[in-house]
Amino acid sequence: MRLFCLQDHILDKRGACSLRVPALLRKGIVFGAQCLSAVTLAADSAHSTATDPLWMVGIKAFLVIFGLLTAFAYMTLIERRLLARIQVRQGPNRVGPNGLLQPLADAIKSIFKEDLVVSRADKVVFVLAPIVSVTFALLTFGLIPFGPKGAFFGYDPWVIDLDVGLLYVFAVSEIAIYGVFLAGWASNSKYALLGSLRSSASLISYELALGISLVAPVLLVGSLNLQQIVNWQYENGWLILYMLPAFAIFLLTSMAEAARTPFDLPEAEQELVGGYNTEYSSIKWALFQMAEYIHLITAAALIPTIFLGGWRMPGFMEQIPLIGGLFALPYLWMFVKIALFLFFFIWVRGTLFRLRYDQLMVFSWGRLFPLALVWFVLSAMVVAFQWPLAVLGWLSFLSLVVFLIYAALTAKPRPRNIPRLGAGD
Amino acid sequence: MSIAALAQSMGITLRALFSKPLTIPYPDAPVPLKPRFHGRHVLTRHPNGLEKCIGCSLCAAACPAYAIYVEAAENDPNNPVSAGERYAKVYEINMLRCIFCGLCEEACPTGAVVMGYDFEMADYRYSDFVYGKEDMLVEVEGTKPQRREAAYTGKPIKRGYTVPYVRPELEGFKPPKK
Repeated sequence: MRLFCLQDHILDKRGACSLRVPALLRKGIVFGAQCLSAVTLAADSAHSTATDPLWMVGIKAFLVIFGLLTAFAYMTLIERRLLARIQVRQGPNRVGPNGLLQPLADAIKSIFKEDLVVSRADKVVFVLAPIVSVTFALLTFGLIPFGPKGAFFGYDPWVIDLDVGLLYVFAVSEIAIYGVFLAGWASNSKYALLGSLRSSASLISYELALGISLVAPVLLVGSLNLQQIVNWQYENGWLILYMLPAFAIFLLTSMAEAARTPFDLPEAEQELVGGYNTEYSSIKWALFQMAEYIHLITAAALIPTIFLGGWRMPGFMEQIPLIGGLFALPYLWMFVKIALFLFFFIWVRGTLFRLRYDQLMVFSWGRLFPLALVWFVLSAMVVAFQWPLAVLGWLSFLSLVVFLIYAALTAKPRPRNIPRLGAGD
Repeated sequence: MSIAALAQSMGITLRALFSKPLTIPYPDAPVPLKPRFHGRHVLTRHPNGLEKCIGCSLCAAACPAYAIYVEAAENDPNNPVSAGERYAKVYEINMLRCIFCGLCEEACPTGAVVMGYDFEMADYRYSDFVYGKEDMLVEVEGTKPQRREAAYTGKPIKRGYTVPYVRPELEGFKPPKK
């Protein structure tokens, strides 16, 4: 709610602003505040339809935040272990049994490190930036349904039920970019500023393709509400069947959104001494990491919710005798799917290299964005002319075939007779 | 970078994920050393128990780091220490100066000083790095800090390495059991 104060402050005094905020940033903050007020208005209007008492919402919000922070801590451990195994190492295994207390040791270390605030930095914004990052990263997850109505001890297994669900997700994850940008600007350092400029540029360009790729499923389902999207998939089959290109684009762009490896320019350790978080140390730096991982976990929860049937399996699976009941279980499948995508993200990080900045931009504007637009127009046609769903299914199958043919055509013949280096001596 | 290559590289990392880590968890598990490893020196004996060292100081002369100090004395003919006329009354190697090059072993005319395998010699005092005859003769197991710890705790000495075989120059040397 800090942004509201800023907004009033800036609007009242115009140029004579006591905070040292450049014009571009000022506009940005005003825009962010407007987004936020729109979102909170939407939340207020949706609140009237909520069935859970407020204290229950509070408990669930606490549980989500607590769970996310724990998941972040153990995600770092799992990621380090898996990356190590990919590199044929063992990874951190000294703290506690099998290294299970490593996150605790990391937390203690990062809290007790010296907390530097650069002397020429804008202190308010410098402290605010990581808080903005992590707060808006945390806000998204409460939307995701984990089961049917009343699955959480008689209450609903989600924190807020918004009819503007996906819009809210976008608004909040857009604001998280402000954390990055404010951090770079407030540090009063050239490296940090350059890093934050290029990372916010890349984040914004990927946000475009992300948004367009999600318009198609929203059109098809006819709702932005995540629970209705899940229910639609229960009745008609998973959206990935009808929306394969949109799924692929969303997967790639949400990796960019969480600043993961093929697109992790925002925190490129080897270049720009780290990017926007160059001047940050101790718990503030950890907060940026936390925001990034929470974005990742949120992405890993959003992708299955939108494309892979959310917390339930397709309807026909429940007809299977004996194990059919297993597919109707709440929570279980959501956690399995989240874990699957988190593993996929780690796997990609262990394999792929970082794209160059121009490649990054070309990939976003030249490949993903037009592809998303084309797919959006195609699915809009299907919806507008009321063609049967199977058309979309065949279209997405066709896109898979085209993709495979393209992959086969561009594949270079595998080089032969490369001398293999022996292991060890 | 084609899509096929990307897919191929994903396959490579997936295969690596399910392979056994190459890491040797050293303090928990012993390091497999090569038979010609240059570790702490060993002063070997003849099969009849006499020391091979005759106190000629050729090792000290060959030493590029001036780490070796030898003081020779005449053998008592009735009760000889070494197989020659003289023996080393004092034989000291400063392990902080030693660069483990093995020139002493090459210079030794009787094959008395041989590079062994012990490498865990980290200690607290400078004086504890000067290894005498009592620390280097073949029957002595482990290094100074290891033996000190073993004496303190009463547990057997735990040497942190294994060797596939001991080279014949290290006559009478017993490697740690696997």
